[in-house]
Amino acid sequence: MIPAEFEYVRAGSVEEAVALLTEHGEDAKVLAGGHSLLPLMKLRLATPTVLIDIGRIPDRSYIEERDGEIAIGALARHHQLESSSLLKEQVPLLAHTAHQVGDPQVRHRGTLGGTLAHGDPASDLPAAILALGGTLVAQGPGGRREIAAVDFFQSFLQTSLAPDELLVEVRVPTVPGAGWSFQKFNRRAQDWAIVGVAAVLNGTTGVALVNMGSIPLRATAVEEAVRSGASATDAATLAHEGTDPPSDVNASAEYRRHLATVLVRRALEEAQS
Amino acid sequence: MPSIQISLQVNGARRQHDVEPRLLLVQYLRETLGLTGTNIGCDTSSCGACTVLLDGVSVKSCTLLAVQADSTEVVTIEGLAGSDGTLHPVQEAFRQNHALQCGYCTPGMVMAAVSLLDEEVQLSERGVREGLEGNLCRCTGYHNIVKAVLACAADRGTLAESGS
Repeated sequence: MIPAEFEYVRAGSVEEAVALLTEHGEDAKVLAGGHSLLPLMKLRLATPTVLIDIGRIPDRSYIEERDGEIAIGALARHHQLESSSLLKEQVPLLAHTAHQVGDPQVRHRGTLGGTLAHGDPASDLPAAILALGGTLVAQGPGGRREIAAVDFFQSFLQTSLAPDELLVEVRVPTVPGAGWSFQKFNRRAQDWAIVGVAAVLNGTTGVALVNMGSIPLRATAVEEAVRSGASATDAATLAHEGTDPPSDVNASAEYRRHLATVLVRRALEEAQS
Repeated sequence: MPSIQISLQVNGARRQHDVEPRLLLVQYLRETLGLTGTNIGCDTSSCGACTVLLDGVSVKSCTLLAVQADSTEVVTIEGLAGSDGTLHPVQEAFRQNHALQCGYCTPGMVMAAVSLLDEEVQLSERGVREGLEGNLCRCTGYHNIVKAVLACAADRGTLAESGS
């Protein structure tokens, strides 16, 4: 399968990428690892007229500690996240979740910024960033702004990034020693999660759901129940509150709602243990 | 659309071509360079038949544009054996362990195994199975493939002591 024709431009810097986005607007798509975008283009579900390749912008794939936070360049690949000793120590949920994405080949190419900017509710990493209460940094023509992860995902595959903005960094608080869990239920290796759950219990309880609606979701009812002392089992019964899961070839919406309660219970129990 | 000039190393040789931006890396390898050892299976980045090494790590060449491989080093199955025909240790282990049935997944499976072994982590049977999860064998001949990779790990001293 061959994508429709497009114009290919390579950005050498963030500023250049932003200028290209400003010039081409909605007609352009940003190419990083390409493991969400290129399959869509091959199926002609996406037909951008301009592809802006940011994959060679230097110094955008760091993972470093800064003032109680971990800052990650948007071009950091999943394989970097899963093998980072800093992440394993300070934010193990994120390293572990990165290891659950796709397969090794996909993790060698896919980027954290790409998976967030794509905003697929079935992706693993957005849920981990949501549960951790992460912050996303976008750069546009007027400079940089910070966006709370919970405000980032707007509707199916739509984020709060403006057409002329580029996601440049992701920050998460360090949570060494905090309880955490990532639960992913699928039928075959490398499949997308039918439902997934990311949980972190560190005083600022975070629980987020994979594939339970049109966007990656925080399970706020569960979080409130946990904060007020509910047991894992009781809190988990609220897992599907505020969700709108899809019905598809893998599972009905009803099945997903049930699965969410089971996986949230397992996640809370593992995070508490 | 205007062509883009790319220049890269493929199996140690410098290659330079003007390519259409939408040309996939796997098509470039097979059709432009005639390196047909890299197979196309699912064409949707699921099956791993098209796996090659890009700057030393496994990637699915059906999900990369040739322009993304500009200035990189690509190794395909044709580039593994020595110039005198001596098989790469992973190829030799596949041969010794009869790690193939129809053979269609084999080039991708070998390249994925090379990348996995090059990470130099301790490998258990489970680690090998998980490390090859991006490669499907439609004959379901996984058993001997795993055996071959474990044999390579043992030779390299990266075989995990127990089933951890």
